[in-house]
Amino acid sequence: MNASCLTTLFALLITQTTFAQIGRPFIHDPSTVAECEGKYYTFGTGGGGLISNDGWTWYGGGVRPGGGAAPDVLKIGDRYLVVYGATGGSPNHKGAILTMWNKTLDPKSPDFKYSEPVVVATSDGYEENDAIDPGIMLDPTTGRLWMTYGTYFGYTRLIELDPKTGKLKAGNKPVDVAIVCEASTLVYRDGWYYLLATHGSCCDGANSTYNVVVGRSKKITGPYLDNVGRSMLQGGGKMVVATRGGLIGPGHFGHIVLENGVEKMSIHYEADLAQGGRSVLGILPVVWKDGWPIAGEKFKEGTYEIESVRRGYALELAVDFTRMAVGPRGFGQPNNDPIKPAPAQQLADVQKNWPTGPIHLRIGDYMSRPHQQWTITDAPDSTGYLGGPYYKIVLAGTDRALAATADAEVITVPAFTGAPEQLWRIDQLTDGTYRIMPKTVPNSGKKLALVSSGDSTPTLAEFDYNSDNSKWNFRNH
Amino acid sequence: MNRNRKPLLPILSFIVLSGLQLGGLTAFAQGPGPRIPLPPIPLKGDTTHTLSKHFTVASATQKAPDAEGFIQRWLVLEPVKKDIVRNNIFTDNYLRTTFSADNFSSDYTFVPKNGETVNVGNQALKWYALDSKAFNFNLYHFTYALNKPKYGILVWLVTVIDCPEEIQNVRMAAGCNSGSMWWLNGQEAMLLSGDRDMIADNVTSSRLTLKKGRNIVRGAVINGPGMANFCMRFLDEKGSPVKNLRIRIE
Repeated sequence: MNASCLTTLFALLITQTTFAQIGRPFIHDPSTVAECEGKYYTFGTGGGGLISNDGWTWYGGGVRPGGGAAPDVLKIGDRYLVVYGATGGSPNHKGAILTMWNKTLDPKSPDFKYSEPVVVATSDGYEENDAIDPGIMLDPTTGRLWMTYGTYFGYTRLIELDPKTGKLKAGNKPVDVAIVCEASTLVYRDGWYYLLATHGSCCDGANSTYNVVVGRSKKITGPYLDNVGRSMLQGGGKMVVATRGGLIGPGHFGHIVLENGVEKMSIHYEADLAQGGRSVLGILPVVWKDGWPIAGEKFKEGTYEIESVRRGYALELAVDFTRMAVGPRGFGQPNNDPIKPAPAQQLADVQKNWPTGPIHLRIGDYMSRPHQQWTITDAPDSTGYLGGPYYKIVLAGTDRALAATADAEVITVPAFTGAPEQLWRIDQLTDGTYRIMPKTVPNSGKKLALVSSGDSTPTLAEFDYNSDNSKWNFRNH
Repeated sequence: MNRNRKPLLPILSFIVLSGLQLGGLTAFAQGPGPRIPLPPIPLKGDTTHTLSKHFTVASATQKAPDAEGFIQRWLVLEPVKKDIVRNNIFTDNYLRTTFSADNFSSDYTFVPKNGETVNVGNQALKWYALDSKAFNFNLYHFTYALNKPKYGILVWLVTVIDCPEEIQNVRMAAGCNSGSMWWLNGQEAMLLSGDRDMIADNVTSSRLTLKKGRNIVRGAVINGPGMANFCMRFLDEKGSPVKNLRIRIE
């Protein structure tokens, strides 16, 4: 292999690598990512946890006492309820789950102090359950606090906790809701309770088969049925997220609702091949399809048509349309000339006629022309947001970059400078479409998104999930 | 399913914490901290080694499948002890080789008798005719009840199914923890290889014919760590459970 080939191969490896998260995101059995005073926190097995200022770059520093395994965290009122398994799963399956409170997750805060942990569930080593892997949910319809727990050893169980004390609700008895699952948790949506749990094997690096499945029920106590009507008490479950690329063995689903239409899941991958096969934190969009949650995609770099969901038109430079040569027509006339492919219009064919300064944008019929194709890459910027980095969006083949303006419009500037108004956040929404937002709007503290104010007019405005004006698709033709 | 996670946790923690010394901050940067000792946990139920907790002794009366068609009556052989660290060793080749070698009879239509003892290698093992109280047959409970090894086991199974009429285009459907192989009337029906969970209808056979009268099902389930378990039923050509069957043990 010559040097050129090696360079190409190296470049391919670099560009095709998809990191789950960056920094030092090494964790196993992460708690649902929780926000506290502008930072993000997740705790793992063994104690401690990860902290991130932006949700993309993670470092150690979280503090959770008690050791054990597989915690979960939920903010209730102005406090955080932290729940964890005391044993991390002992060979004799004797275990206990404890809850404790803290006013803050920031270990540097003067308010940082955990309450004394209290036991809310146990397994005696003989019963068909192992009291580890808790997941907690506050039912938005009733305000009642529920916890599921259990592992491969028998049943996943449901108990009710007191949301004021974090203790087991008086008189509550566990209900079996699934079998051979780990790391379960509940989600409520549109009249359904969803039980998400991890199947497969763990802790064997890239050989781990962990995957997250789901069943749903109209009642919190089940039965939780999958998409073919099979109960999770019979092993049923519809796939939510499985191995993708070098990110192997996802498990420990946690549900994060950022705002209407923007939901994420926190998970861990048993092995991230790009990071030496270590277990790492992962954050993916949650997409709801036909009433079922599935993992969306972390945005992939590439060259795309950016399609407005409003009408299906494409984002384009506001430049003169340049006609292409029209092929032979002569319908009905005999023509035995050889058929040759017609060349596509090239950037060089049209660029020379464009202005050299800022160029406005519009949305038009997609014609596969150079002024309609956008190359989107991770920006040379270390910051990000929950689950992703900021992106640089340039017209394909050029350095002409998409930028927000101080008057809340969107234009292109001749060259990408890395200015924050040229950095774009891309979130997959719960319906599978995308939201595109500048990191900042100059001289504005407003959080605005790219929207279609008319079929052909892009602008910046507040994001509205209920309007197709706020949604975009990326088409890779 | 092989969940070695829990027993391996101390090892995992050691590896990660060792890595911490070299690799800087991780999720474990604060260290595991003092672990709170387990509180006293009273026993919640009967822990005696008794079959009657999860099974009943099969009677001479024929038994129907349960409401969802699961076969609950089985002749079950005491476990063959196997040295298995991880269940992902259960490749097709491993299962075929092991089930062939650690076999009580190469006649797959042979029906043992309740209480009979057979030899597998140098182990003398006894047959039990049992009805599971659940849709599945939990072999962990079976071996616990017998005070036999619970992990690293191979368990042979036989049942006899009376069919009032010939039924064509049925499929045998099973789920097991972790690997298994199944035969119908002496012919191989399906192989469940890999590190599997006990999931109903996890694998189905190709189309089979249940004869009018006596049909003999043989199974073998193997498991390392975790809870050995299986469930089995027949599905008709529309995918619905076949319930018009009677199960007996001889």
